[in-house]
Amino acid sequence: MTLKEASVGSTVTVKKINGQGATKRRIMDMGMTKGVDVYIRKVAPLGDPIEVTVRGYELSLRKADAAMIDVD
Amino acid sequence: MSIQVALAGNPNSGKTTLFNALTGSNQFVGNWPGVTVEKKEGRYKGDKEIKITDLPGIYSLSPYTLEEVVSREFLLKEKVDVILNIIDGSNLERNLYLTTQLLELGIPVVVTINMLDVIDKRGDKIDYVKLSKELGCPVVPISALKNRGIEELMETVVKSAQCSFETKNIYSTELNLVLDQLSHLLPGSLDQHKTLFYSVKLFERDNKIITSLNIKIEDENIIQSIEKKMDDDSESIITDARYSYITDLIKDCYVKVNREKLTSSDKIDKIVTNRLLALPIFALVMFVVYYVSVTTVGTYVTDWTNDVLFGEMIPPAIEGFLVAINCAAWLQSLILDGIVAGVGAVLGFVPQMLVLFIFLAVLEDCGYMARVAFIMDRIFRKFGLSGKSFIPMLIGSGCGVPGIMASRTIESDRDRKMTIMTTTFIPCGAKLPIIALIAGALFDGASWVSPSAYFLGVGAIIVSGIILKKTKMFVGDPAPFVMEMPAYHAPRVLNVLRSMWERGWSFIKKAGTVILLSTIVIWFLQSFGFEDSGFVMVDDINNSLLATIGQTFAWIFTPLGWGEWKAAVASITGLVAKENVVATFGQLYGFAEVADDGVEIWGTLAASFTALSAYSFLAFNLLCAPCFAAMGAIKREMNNAKWTAFAIIYQCVFAYAVALIVYQLGNLIINGVFSIGTIVAFIVLVGMIFLLVRKGKTSEKLEVQYSVH
Repeated sequence: MTLKEASVGSTVTVKKINGQGATKRRIMDMGMTKGVDVYIRKVAPLGDPIEVTVRGYELSLRKADAAMIDVD
Repeated sequence: MSIQVALAGNPNSGKTTLFNALTGSNQFVGNWPGVTVEKKEGRYKGDKEIKITDLPGIYSLSPYTLEEVVSREFLLKEKVDVILNIIDGSNLERNLYLTTQLLELGIPVVVTINMLDVIDKRGDKIDYVKLSKELGCPVVPISALKNRGIEELMETVVKSAQCSFETKNIYSTELNLVLDQLSHLLPGSLDQHKTLFYSVKLFERDNKIITSLNIKIEDENIIQSIEKKMDDDSESIITDARYSYITDLIKDCYVKVNREKLTSSDKIDKIVTNRLLALPIFALVMFVVYYVSVTTVGTYVTDWTNDVLFGEMIPPAIEGFLVAINCAAWLQSLILDGIVAGVGAVLGFVPQMLVLFIFLAVLEDCGYMARVAFIMDRIFRKFGLSGKSFIPMLIGSGCGVPGIMASRTIESDRDRKMTIMTTTFIPCGAKLPIIALIAGALFDGASWVSPSAYFLGVGAIIVSGIILKKTKMFVGDPAPFVMEMPAYHAPRVLNVLRSMWERGWSFIKKAGTVILLSTIVIWFLQSFGFEDSGFVMVDDINNSLLATIGQTFAWIFTPLGWGEWKAAVASITGLVAKENVVATFGQLYGFAEVADDGVEIWGTLAASFTALSAYSFLAFNLLCAPCFAAMGAIKREMNNAKWTAFAIIYQCVFAYAVALIVYQLGNLIINGVFSIGTIVAFIVLVGMIFLLVRKGKTSEKLEVQYSVH
């Protein structure tokens, strides 16, 4: 499952970040690394992006980028 | 002894508040050379020998965003004595990530933990002593907002500048083995303290650093074998290592009181970005911003400045004085119509802008601006813009100048540039008289003309966004929309006022000169010309140099259907202020003064235009280069001559293409006229469609071009 598919209100654990280069680095720089817990808070009113809680703060990211993150 | 301090930290960590608390009024705001990123410098209130440079708010020192590259270059190339790293204490984990990178640079670091008040209120405990011991650098708690702990902090900074400093190595033995191997590739001339930083960059295959060192990693095996073993690329291995280190560190030094309760920020957010309420609330907020800063207060003060201060008060007073001292007529005209009018043009925008800037600062400071991006992202990213581009465009429908200045709130350099280039396509208040003139004179005041102008503007933004994002200049989408949503808090009056003042002042300073100079040039062209008695000051604009220029270049506009030189001249004076187009037509047709919508000249205009050529004229004037004030704002925000020129030329070419298509293809459809022009218009149309649908270049690597020197 990827973060994009995870349902709102659930908590998941990051397994792997796919992709490479700038996008991957940016996502990881913001604290999305292997093993971290992510709580999916909500989806934007227009359906994209999503907002999650990671490492104690709120982060928003697009579904396209969330699809790069494998979670459990 | 003078000390150079670099203030570094995450966005929303209270960096601006701390910088203001440290420097007070001793600050200088500008841009980093040649880029759109803001640079602030100042001197410490308590000791003028301490110079503080406020680096852009960053999360990391990666080579991928302009802000991060700017910061990195500064830290590596300039002589920095101490890095003052501000950390949001309520968000230790992510903030410490940047710290782990700063600690590798070989420069003394002082970590300061901000938001003591928030931590205390929550009941959380941070063991500062332990944290300091673990990180190997001083850790000082402060509350920038309440001004607590600032003096102790600066004492520590001064002390650190004089001490030796050990870089912090957080890596595992295995990783260190590899880093050590790589360090042998580094040139011997390199500062020993920076070895760790550069080894890590070699390991990460950071092209920027590797190129700057002029070396090559010949034995990729060193890196590849560990990548294979850990099943990840080297960059991610390092990021993982940093966060694992932080997770362990936090366990020892931070006690979080377990709480299930929602914070007040959570409660606000539950309402503000609620799926049902988010859009109505957003619309309401935007309405208030627009209503106050454009429709009511902003316009009152702007009108007062333009009509009363620079209309009834200053010019008559100066005129009276000039007449009294028998000043020569041309000098009088230069002073009144050139300089005073030019200064008026600059200052006339300022009051409205200040009102808008207060709103922007409040929205930014309280955390709503990030939600604007969150709500609008889905729509705007399709055109290569940011969700935050909504505000510049909304404001741009009142006046393009503050609209362009509002693009400052957009974080990605690329989105910012794109927004600056397209904002003025929206018809601003000053373009309304042109619309009224054309609608009244040629279309019998038809009600569809004015909405069509707005559609044209929005269409131009969408088309340009899609075309531009596929060009080489905007290639790829390397910086993804991964954005922190800061906690809401009440805006701080001092921050808001300071931000308003800084932005307003920088407009006056940076845009003012351009506006003033160009107003004077147009004044000269309009007021002088050749008459029977030689080169003189002319009363009739028909004899002016400007008319001569118009006559010389009118052919350029023949394919657009309005090759008459008067239309060309009107378009040129429109560059001073768009509403001038109407007044100039009036003068050219022999009226000293005409109404706002130029009702006196409707008949004459109807005779010299057809409906098609008039609409083409309208389209061109709505889309082409904006007024000088807006061009000044573009220059201020782009902070780069090449980009400014590119923006303005693009707007003119785009306007020309649209007007050409409107006129030539309209002529074919309505009148059945087929000519060479029709073929050219077809080619232009096909070219545009091609640019729209072609596959864009995408690049994973962002080439951020920047150097301090």
